[in-house]
Amino acid sequence: MFALLGIPPQALFGQLLIGLINGSFYAMLSLGLAVIFGLLNIINFAHGALYMMGAFFAWFLLQYLGISYWGALILAPIGVGIVGIVLERLLLKHLYKLDHLYGLLLTFGMALVIEGLFRNKYGSSGLPYQMPSALSGGRNLGFMFLPNYRAWVVLVSVTVCLLTWYVIERTKLGSYLRAATENPALVQAFGVNVPRMITITYGFGVALAAFAGVLAAPIYQVSPQMGSNLIIVVFAVVVIGGMGSIMGSILTGFALGVIEGLTKVFYPEASNTAIFVIMAIVLLIKPTGLFGRAH
Amino acid sequence: MKFARTLLMSAAVALCATAAHAQYTGGTVKIGVMSDMSSLYADIGGPGSVLAAQMAAEDFDAAKHGMKVEVVSADHQNKPDVGSAIARKWFDQDGVDAIADVPTSSVALAVADVVKEKNKVFLISGAAIADLTGKACTPNNVHWTYDTWMLAHGTGTAIVKQGGTSWFFLTSDYAFGHALEADTAAVVKANGGQVLGAARHPLNTSDFSSFLLQAQASKAKVIGLANAGGDTINSIKQASEFGIVQGGQSLAALLIFLTDIHSLGLQTAHGLLFTTAWYWDLNDPSRAWAKKFAARHGGKYPTMGQAGVYAAVLHYLKAVSTLKSDADGKAVVDEMKKLPTDDPLFGKGTIRADGRTLHPAYLMEVKKPEESKGEWDLMKVRQTIPADQAFRPMNEGGCPLVKG
Repeated sequence: MFALLGIPPQALFGQLLIGLINGSFYAMLSLGLAVIFGLLNIINFAHGALYMMGAFFAWFLLQYLGISYWGALILAPIGVGIVGIVLERLLLKHLYKLDHLYGLLLTFGMALVIEGLFRNKYGSSGLPYQMPSALSGGRNLGFMFLPNYRAWVVLVSVTVCLLTWYVIERTKLGSYLRAATENPALVQAFGVNVPRMITITYGFGVALAAFAGVLAAPIYQVSPQMGSNLIIVVFAVVVIGGMGSIMGSILTGFALGVIEGLTKVFYPEASNTAIFVIMAIVLLIKPTGLFGRAH
Repeated sequence: MKFARTLLMSAAVALCATAAHAQYTGGTVKIGVMSDMSSLYADIGGPGSVLAAQMAAEDFDAAKHGMKVEVVSADHQNKPDVGSAIARKWFDQDGVDAIADVPTSSVALAVADVVKEKNKVFLISGAAIADLTGKACTPNNVHWTYDTWMLAHGTGTAIVKQGGTSWFFLTSDYAFGHALEADTAAVVKANGGQVLGAARHPLNTSDFSSFLLQAQASKAKVIGLANAGGDTINSIKQASEFGIVQGGQSLAALLIFLTDIHSLGLQTAHGLLFTTAWYWDLNDPSRAWAKKFAARHGGKYPTMGQAGVYAAVLHYLKAVSTLKSDADGKAVVDEMKKLPTDDPLFGKGTIRADGRTLHPAYLMEVKKPEESKGEWDLMKVRQTIPADQAFRPMNEGGCPLVKG
């Protein structure tokens, strides 16, 4: 069968593995987006810019404070999460009662401003970020050379995604969050501080994006447009998975990473568009997405 | 009737009266710098090119020549339709007389058509595709700095002679990438090497892992990067992550700029061989200009594309002041071809009948970290290619302007 496809099986497995690794970035970013949309009803177009800020934060920490990658993995999401909370308190909270489109416009504007500021200061070529020595190098798996860092990325992403899904779907805190989105007035009547929960949720979604940014810093250049390149694909992933579904966005993220990887083997020129073709087909057949519920 | 005739006659006389003085359309010589201001090529040209054009206008000292010069700019976003729309608006409504820079070859081809239609001047510095002075040449094009033929022959020949006899290309999937791949493949085959394959990736790709995997699987001795800007940076960075060089293959960065190397860092980029048309540390006038540029550009040193904008705009203004008119683009370009070029950066040279500017090219090697004595001291000259050998012979380009 493989001879028919014209690709040796080793090359195919290598590409599948690469696709899985890319899929983990899509999964983490779309998870943050799905959390923010599912629980806050905000279409967060600033997600890509916040991912970029996470990578830059990691660079700042290394450059000016000498804090290594491992410290950045914890501090950058917290730092960018705080920035996200400030933005939410100042700007976003006024839009919760309005149509989705206002949130989209505002966050899109935020993204443009943030990217413009960074590009003004740092140029568009980007900054180098050294890979942590514990994760550099790789091992030859026979069918491909797997860098250790990429294996680490998959493991961490799967862990974080599953943890997040567990907290939201299976714990008491998660149940409060889900209840607060469905009926904030009733939940507030029970004495739960709904605005604070919403703020923390936005901060958490932003922290997920920043975490993905720190993961990306050693392998992609830390540049101001790294987020805008990724955000459109991530949106397609969330739409395909279903806008409110957490598990949907995780599974779709990985699946689409694999599909994109396969496209790159057979017809690389189309690798940019494969995901959007799938999105168009899914929207035609099941408009709420593969795992989504009607809102 | 008699009054109307008198009115008409006096209008005609008034118009003729101005013909004796210099005719600058709109009273100003307006130069539009069109570049990628916000995406992967923004550091190669971008706001730096606008600054270079402004410095050229200032150094030309327009007032001394009885001229007024104005520089405007726009972002073509690497899209040909946006580029040609901006060009049309500039020519039809804003009185722009010449367009400068335009990296991204697909946009340059589109803009060249508009420039020819409106009979203005196109001072190309950032775009690479050699067809601009070949099959797609026009009487309004002047192609400064570099092109894909120069890169292919400079870098390709050197690497094949070093033993790089089998190649696999990572190509940016648009006009520039295809041209650079085709020109380099021709050089490789002419020198006895072979091309084992190519992976074409979309412009502005951030993840090259699957393409690098294909390159590794091909077992080619050399992986030729027929891309530029952010794409080249990511390819090189990820190639080192996948152990390409440790595995025995080498990278050929067919088009790489000073800002790309600065962004990669010498640790990752050292040893890369590439061809350039200009480097700030080549001679004293270039060093002096680069320092002035950096002081006005946030400490960032100029790339060869930005230097080309400076030189091209300077030569354009010389031609316009000699002609005392900027209205007829073809006439200005003919004057630019008649006058020998002489500027502090590229030295003395000429512009050929097909619009190609001739100046020497340099084979460079990126320095090791310990060899560098400054933040922007990043490369050393390995070989100088004289001007008459650096560019494609005029009769091989297929340019309709070239007789015989």
